[in-house]
Order: sequence, then C-alpha cells, then structure tokens
Amino acid sequence: MSSARGVVTRGFRGKRAGAEHSRIPPGQYLVSDFPVLSAGPTPYLRPDGWDFRLVGTDGGQLARWGWTDFRALPHETVTCDIHCVTKWSKLDMRWEGVSLDVLLEGVLPEAAYAVAFSEGDYTTNLPVADITDGQAWIATGYDGHDLEPEHGGPARLLVPHLYFWKSAKWIRGLRFVERDEPGFWERLGYNNYGDPWREQRYWGD
Amino acid sequence: MARAAVLGRLTWRVVTVGAVVQESERAVTLTLESEERITHRPGQHVDVRLTAEDGYQAERSYSIASAPDDPSVSLTVERIPDGEVSPWLTTVAEPGDQFEVRGPVGGYFVWDDSDPAPVLLVAGGSGVVPLMSMIRHRRRRDLHTRMRLLYSARGEPDLLYRTELDELAGDGFDAVYTLTREAPPEWEGYRRRIDAPMLAEVRPAERGKGTVFVCGPTPFVEATANSLVLLGHEPARVKTERFGPSGGGS
Repeated sequence: MSSARGVVTRGFRGKRAGAEHSRIPPGQYLVSDFPVLSAGPTPYLRPDGWDFRLVGTDGGQLARWGWTDFRALPHETVTCDIHCVTKWSKLDMRWEGVSLDVLLEGVLPEAAYAVAFSEGDYTTNLPVADITDGQAWIATGYDGHDLEPEHGGPARLLVPHLYFWKSAKWIRGLRFVERDEPGFWERLGYNNYGDPWREQRYWGD
Repeated sequence: MARAAVLGRLTWRVVTVGAVVQESERAVTLTLESEERITHRPGQHVDVRLTAEDGYQAERSYSIASAPDDPSVSLTVERIPDGEVSPWLTTVAEPGDQFEVRGPVGGYFVWDDSDPAPVLLVAGGSGVVPLMSMIRHRRRRDLHTRMRLLYSARGEPDLLYRTELDELAGDGFDAVYTLTREAPPEWEGYRRRIDAPMLAEVRPAERGKGTVFVCGPTPFVEATANSLVLLGHEPARVKTERFGPSGGGS
C-alpha cells in the first residue's frame, strides 16, 4: 500500500479480502456485486430520444449519432477492472461499447481537454490524452445485456483507468475545450484527475 | 492546481474515541476527539482508516451524525455482518482507542441552511445518520426552516435516535415513521414500504417546491427517488445518497 503507515488501531486485524491483490489500488476493497452511486434520481431515457454529440471548442457540432446510427457502429467487448472513489473495486467487468477512437476519427479537434456531459447537469472533465488510443468507450451493454438505467443506461462513458465517477452515466456527448473545466464532482471536492493508483480521491491528493 | 493549494490537502488525522453509545442492536455512535477540530457541513461524511499491527490498512466512509456546532464529531455506524471496518467500530472500539479519519468529504449531499425552502428528509435504516446531522443543525442554530423526516425501518427497535427525534419535534420539525416488517399492536405510524401515496401525504404542501434528501440502501433510494420524480419533484432538487450491501460502509 502506498499510504503512509498510520497509528495502529488496537484489536484491528482486517479481513484482507483481496487487499494483497496486485489489482486492487490503495485504500480500495474488492466487491462482487455492482454498487450504484448517483447524486440524484435515476433518469429513464428512451433510446429513441437519446443522441450522442461531439461539440468543438467553438461550440459548433462536430458529429451527432441517434440511437440507431450509434448502435450500427462497430462495438467491442471490454473486460476491465473498475475502481470507485467510494472505495469499492470490481474485477473483470465485461462491457460492450463503441471505442471513442471510432467516434473521434476524423473529427478530433485541437484541444487538450474534454468535458463529458450527461442527461441532467452532470459533467466530468478529462484530458483528451486519457480518452484516446484505446482508453475510453461509450458503453451500452454490461455483462451480456443492455446497460441498466441505474448503471447509466442507455449509454455511459467508460474510462477504466480513472476513478469511476469519470465514467459519466447517461452520457449525451463530449465538448472539447482548450482550457480544463472541472466538472460536477471536481468542483465539489473531488480530484481533478482521479488516478486510483495514486489514490487521487480529493482536492490536493 | 491553484485551487487545490488554497483548499489544502485532506490529510489523515488521528482521532481518539470519546464516548461509545449503543443506538440499536447493530448501530453504535462513536464520539471522536481530535487535536484539530473537524468542521463539516450537515450531510457530509468522513473516510475512516484502521491500521493493523503489521501495517495492513482498511478504509471506509461513514456519515457524520453530529451537528457542525456540536463540541465533537460523532459517527453512527451500523455493523455489516461480513464487513471489515464496521465490526471493529461497533463491537471492539472503546473510549481511548485511536484510528484515523480524513475529511469531511462530499459537497453535494449537504443542506444549505440559507435556503428557506422546506426540506423533506427520507431515510431508510441507517440512512438516517447524515439526515440527523441536518436535523440537529437546524435545532442548534435555532433555524425555522420547515423540515420533516420520513423514516423507514424494519421494526421499532431499529429506529435510531427515536427519543431525541421525539424531543426535537415541534416548531416546524416532525418525524413520521414507517415500519416495514414488524410493528407493535399499538403502532400508530405507517406499516409498509415507502411508496408514492405515502410520499404524497407527508411531503410539504407546496408540492415539489422543497428540497428532498434521500439516504438509504440502493433499492430504497431508487424506489423513493423514482416516486418523487413521478410526483413532480424536480430531479435536481432530489439529492440522494445510496449505500449497501457493498456500496457504502461495510
């Protein structure tokens, strides 16, 4: 563990379930179920009313897909470990989605950052370097079935190498920006980047 | 980042257990003493870190139960049978024991006491803990914001803070209870899971104008928040915190 050794707590031994596991980042623990964490009610979006948009630095639309067009894009199966800032980690999660490389091909603007925007007011910010080259997907399926609404369905962003709040649920698009713009949780005390292996949970981590 | 530098890093702080109060069969309140005061806003939580003799550490998050103006911070923790941190906090911890906390954390599930809108608090089981901080804060500051708690538990012995909640009733605050599994014969509260008709009966008269805080196990929060939206509450004014079996503290 990377954390500094703290004060010893009398009588505490711990369960150590998975903690020695090289795939569990510091401060995380292994779960087998799939917890739900959201700041508000789950929106129930009809796929026929959903679209996904890419917006340039000038606010102009770079691309747009309705549900049918989006589902016609090549989908991949992605098996990855997920780490939530609330401390659970889940291994070998099996997703289905469209790589952002497919969506951004030919339209990726000169911009260092992107803001993912979702149904409602949720946003999260990411460096473009973290969502290209096979690192991010728009996921529409999980474990062999359609992504459920409480897990972000019909579609959520999937960026497995960062804490899971960066994988915005109910995603509707990406807006490219020249200067970084902290999103919803990033303005409320959570880390701007969110690398689980460096335990970047909160501001200043 | 400049902003992070201004706000400073949330460092781990050693706390010493002051009082230990058994709230129910499974829930215990720990009062924590620390060198530097922990200042929070009602609704926030802290990260707790326990360290074994060989250096092994485990972290979990727990909601703060005390009001910001209370002399010390207290956490109410429910024991999760196969949990890692909650069994120590609820069955081993004694006054004088030490562990570490970091926080407070969470800037969204927070009651802004300058907002005059009526507040509906909806708790499932130990989800009442962060809501209790809001109720206590209202009384400590002598605020007159209308506030109502709708509190669902399995049976009467599972209701936390019952005596205090009854004492706090009046002057614009009240608590409404529902028991979902077992209710004594003389029970006058509701006897079913929270549903849309119940929420329609207990919510403030200004239909959908107030702020709602919902905290409890995931299925409870999903059902309650969905009902509130169906009843016309603006989703942005329904703030939720979901936990369990493994989503929250364990």
